[in-house]
Amino acid sequence: MPDNKHEMPEIPGFVETSTLVVPRPEEGSKDHTMVLNMGPQHPSTHGVLRVKLKLDGERVARSECIIGYLHRGVEKIAEHRSYQQFAPYVDRMDYVAAVSNGLGYCEAVEKLLGTEAPPRARVVRTILTELQRIASHLLWLGTHALDIGALTPVFYCFREREEILKIFEKYCGARLTTHAFRIGGLQYETYDGFEEDTKRFCNDFAHKIDEYETLLTENRIWVGRTKGVGILNAADAIALGVTGPVLRASGVKWDLRKAQPYAAYDQYEFDIPTRETGDTYDRYVVRMEEMRQSLRIIRQAVEKIPEGPIMAKVPKVMKPAVGEVYHSIEAPKGELGYFIVSDGSTQPYRVRVRPPSFVNLQALDLMCRGQLVADVIAVIGTLDIVLGEVDR
Amino acid sequence: MGAIIQYIRSYLSSNQTPGAAGNMFWVFVYIMLVFAGLSVAVIAMNWLERKILAHMQVRLGPMRVGPHGLMQPIADALKLLLKEDIMPAEADALIFWIAPFVVVLAAFTVFVVVPFGPTHAITDMNIGILFMLGVSSLSVLGIVLAGWASNSHYPLIGALRSSAQMVSYEVAMGLAVVSAVLMTSLNATGTGTLSMIGIVQAQQAQGVWFVFKFFPLGLIAFFIFAVAMVAETNRAPFDLAEAESELTAGFHTEYSGFRWSLFFLAEYSAMIAVSSIAVTLWLGGWLRPFPNLLSGTSWVQAFSFFPGICFLFLAAMCFYNTARMPKHPLFRVQTIGLAGFGVALALIGLVLFVPWVRLRVQDIFWFSAKVDGFMYMYIWYRGTFPRYRFDQLMQIGWKVLLPMGLGVLILTATVGLWPLIQNSLWHP
Repeated sequence: MPDNKHEMPEIPGFVETSTLVVPRPEEGSKDHTMVLNMGPQHPSTHGVLRVKLKLDGERVARSECIIGYLHRGVEKIAEHRSYQQFAPYVDRMDYVAAVSNGLGYCEAVEKLLGTEAPPRARVVRTILTELQRIASHLLWLGTHALDIGALTPVFYCFREREEILKIFEKYCGARLTTHAFRIGGLQYETYDGFEEDTKRFCNDFAHKIDEYETLLTENRIWVGRTKGVGILNAADAIALGVTGPVLRASGVKWDLRKAQPYAAYDQYEFDIPTRETGDTYDRYVVRMEEMRQSLRIIRQAVEKIPEGPIMAKVPKVMKPAVGEVYHSIEAPKGELGYFIVSDGSTQPYRVRVRPPSFVNLQALDLMCRGQLVADVIAVIGTLDIVLGEVDR
Repeated sequence: MGAIIQYIRSYLSSNQTPGAAGNMFWVFVYIMLVFAGLSVAVIAMNWLERKILAHMQVRLGPMRVGPHGLMQPIADALKLLLKEDIMPAEADALIFWIAPFVVVLAAFTVFVVVPFGPTHAITDMNIGILFMLGVSSLSVLGIVLAGWASNSHYPLIGALRSSAQMVSYEVAMGLAVVSAVLMTSLNATGTGTLSMIGIVQAQQAQGVWFVFKFFPLGLIAFFIFAVAMVAETNRAPFDLAEAESELTAGFHTEYSGFRWSLFFLAEYSAMIAVSSIAVTLWLGGWLRPFPNLLSGTSWVQAFSFFPGICFLFLAAMCFYNTARMPKHPLFRVQTIGLAGFGVALALIGLVLFVPWVRLRVQDIFWFSAKVDGFMYMYIWYRGTFPRYRFDQLMQIGWKVLLPMGLGVLILTATVGLWPLIQNSLWHP
């Protein structure tokens, strides 16, 4: 018999009971806590996250994330694939931001090979990655609002996300797991009308963000549900290694696009939105502003896409020199890092992914303590996790 | 035989409700009519909610079963009836079985006193409004039973939430109702009434709907009731008990098939019931709009054509959409179906022009039209608002609505008694 019982950390006065039936405290016992399993089949744990909550009434005393339900051994697979063969696998980690994942991997291998993608490829990569950031944030906004009970924004968000996916589809034929980039540049030239499509999307979308904001930003219920919920202060955020919008909402101005520019980000002007409190509302505001900044980047990039080749000279059979490399990019959810060790063969010796969702998820317990069950849902939503990336 | 026919016909000449007249045959007929009408209303509401919500959310909603998905609720009902009846092994079988019936019973029984017209109610109780509030709050019992009997976490939390919610909002609701009841007594004779029909007749006699009486007191009381009734029926933005994202489905998580559909039926008929209370107490029940502004026999005549015109308009919409249907053989059945539906609506509309029918039915029409307004608001709330958190919900109930309700009640009493006070002060 496998032992499925997961040990909770020792908490004084807490008696672990079976989670299948409503635990009834023993005669005369004063412990009224109840263990509630949220997930893995639960509509708002964004996949197959299982959160074990120790409830005191409706207040959360402790919470614990149990992950691994979507583990596919992506990192292990890498050790048995050539460098090019592994590229499509990274799309399956954060499957709502496949383009960003591909960018991180391709750039990491390029760094290992000592090459660089040509300027045109880098600009196109930037445009597609920023479109993907908007698509990812749209999906977050829709599902987060849905978790908090607003049914309508999700459909508006998907309407706009569809436009982005159409651009991806026209560019590389795939909508979700795009595999848009290749090591050394791009596989495909941009299609005729790529610039027009992107510009049209930018012009339309600018008004659409305002539409979402009219539904939510000043909505009393929305503000009541998000302000002061799941506060994460800057010190804790840094100590936990949290990155991305979650970190920036806590007041830390850290964005890899500015700190360690990659692709073509050094050519464009954009701001890093930050907020002070680090509550759910701040993270909402930061992400909304990030979408606007992404639009700014896309508009600048589409204006002048340099002419030239789209592929650098890379060998057909890649045998990077013995060594290791760490490269990280600012994915929609935070710092996405690839650590690749080469033993000189055609296959990587080891690939380790630093997924933003996994690291950000570690803040859940801290953010949920003392909050209500309903807030746990809001906090899971605001962390913007994708279980494909958490479990890999 | 003749005596029986005599018994049946004797009611037709009376101008009372069948209950008041004591005619059991017509009581039975009315019960059947109300029950059937309510079931149809729930089915229609199911379709309308899905369609309206869909159009608010830039999608089409049901489109496949029947023209524009008109048969969808029937298909759903069939599916639910044919589903396997699952009872969790750990559940308390008897209570699990009873709970949905308690809820349905509470939701349907209240319609005994709902006045669709001066004579169109099953009966007229002199404690009508108390009866409605009392019986409708029995559904809490069913919900708690359901949550407890499921012997599972989410239903238990859902049941506790919804019972706490319903009990606390009933207080504010009760205060708002009392202020409306108080208004009925503020007439020349000073005799108030709790009877649903009496309340509407009081509005008729005083020449003002209570929502406009002692402006803005009536309006505030109406507002309190309008908020409390959404909370009372566990609908968005107060749908914590069945918050899908938090508690999967709340107290009916473990229910499926026919039992689940009973909860569904109860929820919608409870919505209709509380809307009927609001319409009766504040919006003049069956009375037509603008009775003072547009008075006179010609206006009365004109307004009585309204139901027929309304149905003809719906029929015209059907015909317009029939013309717009794709001209493909695959759509032939749907096109014919939609045209048939339009013809049925047009026939009903034409029948409603017959004077004998028109004068009897217009009360029901105005009453349902007002209730429909509330139903639309319910859907609109659902499409627009996020969900409140439990503590916020309680805060609104106890810290906002309850003081407001108390204030309105005291002010209504004071304003109402003012003439009396004046008299006693100046003419001791």
